[in-house]
Order: sequence, then structure tokens, then C-alpha cells
Amino acid sequence: MSSATTPILQVDGITQRFGSFVALNKVSARFEAGRLSAIIGPNGAGKSTFFNVVSGAFPPSAGRLMFQGRDITGLPQHEFARIGIAKSFQITNVFKRLSAHENVRVAVQMRRSRYQLLTPRAEMRELSERASDLLHRVGLSHLRDRAAADLAHGQQRALEVAMALAAEPVLLLMDEPTAGMSPEETKVMMDLIVALAAERSVILVEHKMKLVMGICERLLVLHHGEFLAEGTPDEIRANAEVRRVYLGQS
Amino acid sequence: MSMQQRAMFELIRRHRVAAALVFLVFFPLLMPYQALAVNILVFGLFAVGFNLLFGYTGLLSFGHAAFLGVGSYGTGIAMVHAGLPWWLALLVGVVAAALIGVAMGFLAIRTRGIYFSMVTLALAQIVYYAFYKAERWTAGENGLRGIQVPAIEVGPWKLDFLNPVTKYYVILVFVAAALWFVSRVLASPFGAVIEAVRENEKRAAACGYDVARTKLLVFVLSATICGLAGGLRALHLSVVPIDSLHYLLSGQAVMMCLLGGMGTFFGPFVGAGLFLTLEDVVTTFTTHWMAVVGVVFMAFVLFFPAGVWGSILKRTERMVRG
Repeated sequence: MSSATTPILQVDGITQRFGSFVALNKVSARFEAGRLSAIIGPNGAGKSTFFNVVSGAFPPSAGRLMFQGRDITGLPQHEFARIGIAKSFQITNVFKRLSAHENVRVAVQMRRSRYQLLTPRAEMRELSERASDLLHRVGLSHLRDRAAADLAHGQQRALEVAMALAAEPVLLLMDEPTAGMSPEETKVMMDLIVALAAERSVILVEHKMKLVMGICERLLVLHHGEFLAEGTPDEIRANAEVRRVYLGQS
Repeated sequence: MSMQQRAMFELIRRHRVAAALVFLVFFPLLMPYQALAVNILVFGLFAVGFNLLFGYTGLLSFGHAAFLGVGSYGTGIAMVHAGLPWWLALLVGVVAAALIGVAMGFLAIRTRGIYFSMVTLALAQIVYYAFYKAERWTAGENGLRGIQVPAIEVGPWKLDFLNPVTKYYVILVFVAAALWFVSRVLASPFGAVIEAVRENEKRAAACGYDVARTKLLVFVLSATICGLAGGLRALHLSVVPIDSLHYLLSGQAVMMCLLGGMGTFFGPFVGAGLFLTLEDVVTTFTTHWMAVVGVVFMAFVLFFPAGVWGSILKRTERMVRG
């Protein structure tokens, strides 16, 4: 049944070269709408490159990227957010000197008003309220007036998620959302991801396999720039190739 | 701090343009002579326009003399060669500066950091030489002379523009309008976008904002404001010296911003006031004014990086918060 519907995201023979180094070698995959999927793989497998290509940070050297059946290869970065693909970065990427609330408010504003020059934004109550709601959702309400730079690492990651959600994405891409987090923070983040995935398609890029096993419906294993395996967590766990790659790694 | 003081502070902050205006209306009374007050108005506006790009968007241009100069020449040429009335000539100057802003911005925003600064500097030098060589229109080294504003008629009143006090208030009307405009832009959703771009370009793009387009738009707005300052300066001096396009003025914009406080609304204006007053005082004692500027500038960068106005704001805010 599901193969008859248009996938939310489809990558077709994507190759990414950096000079003579091939980071991704003709990778293809389909991501069905409404699912929580994860790309896993050992260090240097090409996960971040894959993330950057599908989130529009740069166009691939070759291949096609389809979003809801539409070819979006080479679309500029800002268009990705506008068509409904939002991302949270691996290395925290926030507006450091702006308050937590303003960080989210700017992100919310993208949907309503981009080039309005003379209306005071203080009068746009709904933007501010929506930003407050999102802060509440990620558990940062009490820190709304704090500068983003003054938040703890885990809080900055949560802030990033709120900013990604502010764009009202149909597809949320997350690059190692728990990187550098304490076990407690990781738990909170994973719960949040599961809750978010109930409302939209989510693709995670994750290094730690154990973390995603319990929550994802579908896993893709990337190794040396190619997909090694793909399937349900149980299938992946049983795959001898995957075990060899991960065990041989550490 | 008492409740009344706190409320007062909030009121001033919310109506910053009005507060600035109240001050500027009485400002000539504090000055030794009117010409200096007019100079401060003009350069204050220049610095505010520059700060839009520098303090709020984080782009350090070393070519803003081009916009001041083109604003001046545009206004001057329109009056001297085309015989246009002063207000129409002023518009010509502003539009000319905006157009140069589009051209320079289009090329400069492709670069970042020091390259951006260098490209703006180089482009401004091209503008300098173009105007220097176009002697038929600009009189080259001699400067463009003969910009005369006769009496200005406003309804039943006739204002004598040669009277320094009248001149100050006429120019203040334009400066006030421009300050109001800049303040509105900064308070608008677009104002939030430019700060976002300053803080983190990559994130701003990921949020769905076209960074290149945003930068170009601010660049042109900044050029337009500086062009207006240039046009007003031409009316004020009644001559356009070729120095109006010199990169020394681009450097002064940077100094004024840092002296007053970059990224604050009124800081650059305060910086311009301090800079010009200091110049006025020091040059009565010595011709080595630039040496004094150097020392003062270094002292500020080292000990008051937030600038005079920026430091005052910070202190007041801390007091208000308690």
C-alpha cells in the first residue's frame, strides 16, 4: 500500500565528491511520509554529508533529490525551509546574542512576514505567542529572556528544535540531536523526538545505534558512502554485515 | 531606582525617536556655534545610516564615503547644472546614492569579512576617481560651487536658509524623518531578520531567510540614508568638496559608530557629536588633530568597547532591572 503513495523524500543516485574524495557514492533511498526514520553508521560513513545534501546546505555533485514528488535538487537553502523542510544542526547553531524567545520568534516570523519594513513587530502578538508556545513545548519557558549563548548545551539543542518547529515543517531533519548531551538530557530529547514524529515525518542522522533502535520504524545503515542495509530495527540488529561494521569499528 | 524613573525609562525607550528629537531641538543652545550643530546633524545621520549595515547587520563597509559624496554631488549637480529646486535636487541626490548602493551592494555582498571591506573600499575609490575626472560636472579638485538655497517658502512663511538657526531646523526636519524611518525599520520584522543574519547567517538561511537579498536590501537602505546626509551636507556647505568622496570619511563613519556604540540606535549620533566637537576643540590648539583622535579611539576600543552611548544604556538597563 505505502509504496503506491508519494514518498516524503526520495534520493536518487546521489553522489557527493569533495575534490577526489567520494563522500557519497550513488546513494538512493525512499522515505515514506509520517515515519520516524534514522540514518546510522560509523564515523566517516558519510552521514553528515548525506544530511547536508538532503537539508539543502549544498547541492549534490550528481543525483536527484525529490520532496513530495517535486525535484528540489539545487534549490537554495532558504527555500528548503519555505517548502517545509526544517533542520536542526549537529553543532549548535542559534542566534547567540538574541534571547531564547527572540530566536524562536524570528523563526516563526518566516511564515508570516519576511520583508515587512514599517510595521512594529511588537504589535504582531501572534508571532510572539506562537514562539512562547514552542518554547514551552521544548521545556524552555522559564528561560525565555536569557540570551541563547547563556543557555546550557542541552538547552541550546532544545532551542534549536523549537526553531526548526517554528518553520512548521512537514519534514524535520535532525543531525545527531543528542550529541554532547548528558544521559538525562538525552532521555528528554528522545521523548521529544518521539512526540514530534507523531505529527510529521522525521529523519534522524545518528551515530549511536542503540539510541535509535527503540524509537525508529526504519533504519538505513550508511557505510563508506553507500547504503549497506535498510530495514526495521529487528532486521538491522540481525544483519551480519551491520554487526561486522559496528563491531569492527569500536 | 523608583517606579517613576523606571516608567520614565520605558517611555523613553519606546519613543526613542521622539526623545532624540526633544534633545535635538534644544541641541543648538548647547553648541558654541550653529555650523557645528548642523555638521553634527549631518554626520550623525551619516553614522546612523552606516550603523544600519555595520552595527545591526554586521557588515563592515569601508566605502560609505561614496554614498555621502554621491548624495552631495547628486544634489549639487541637480541644482547647479540642471537648475532644479533644492528639495527636488535633494531627492536626486538620495536616489543617486541609492543607485550607487544597488551597484556596490550587488558586487560586495558576494564577499565576506575583510574581503567585503576591501571590495567596498575599492568600489568607493572608483567612484572617487570617476567624480574627480568628470570635471565638467563636478569641477574636480576645486569642488562644486554655487549651490545656493534661497529663501524657503512653507505656506505663508518665508524661511531664510542663510540664517544658521533656520538652517539647523530645516535640516533637522529631514534628519528627524530619516531617524524615524530607521527606527521603524529596526523595530519591524525585517529588523529582526537583519540581526539574525548578523548573529548567524547559516541559521538565518535555514530559517528560510534569503541572506543575500536581506544584505542587499540593508546595503541599499544604508546607502540611501547616507545619501540623504550627503545631500543635506551639500545644502549646508553650499559647495561639494571632492573630499566628500574620500575614504577618510568612510573611516570616520566607523570611528563615530565605535565611539558612540555600534548596534545601538542613537549611539552613532552621539559618536558623531563627540567626534566633531572634539575635532572643533582640539584644532584650536594644535593642527595634529588626527593624533588626538588616534589616542581617543584606541582608548575607547580598549576600555569602552560598547561606546559612550552603549555604556550608558547598559548601566541604565542594569539599574532598571535592579
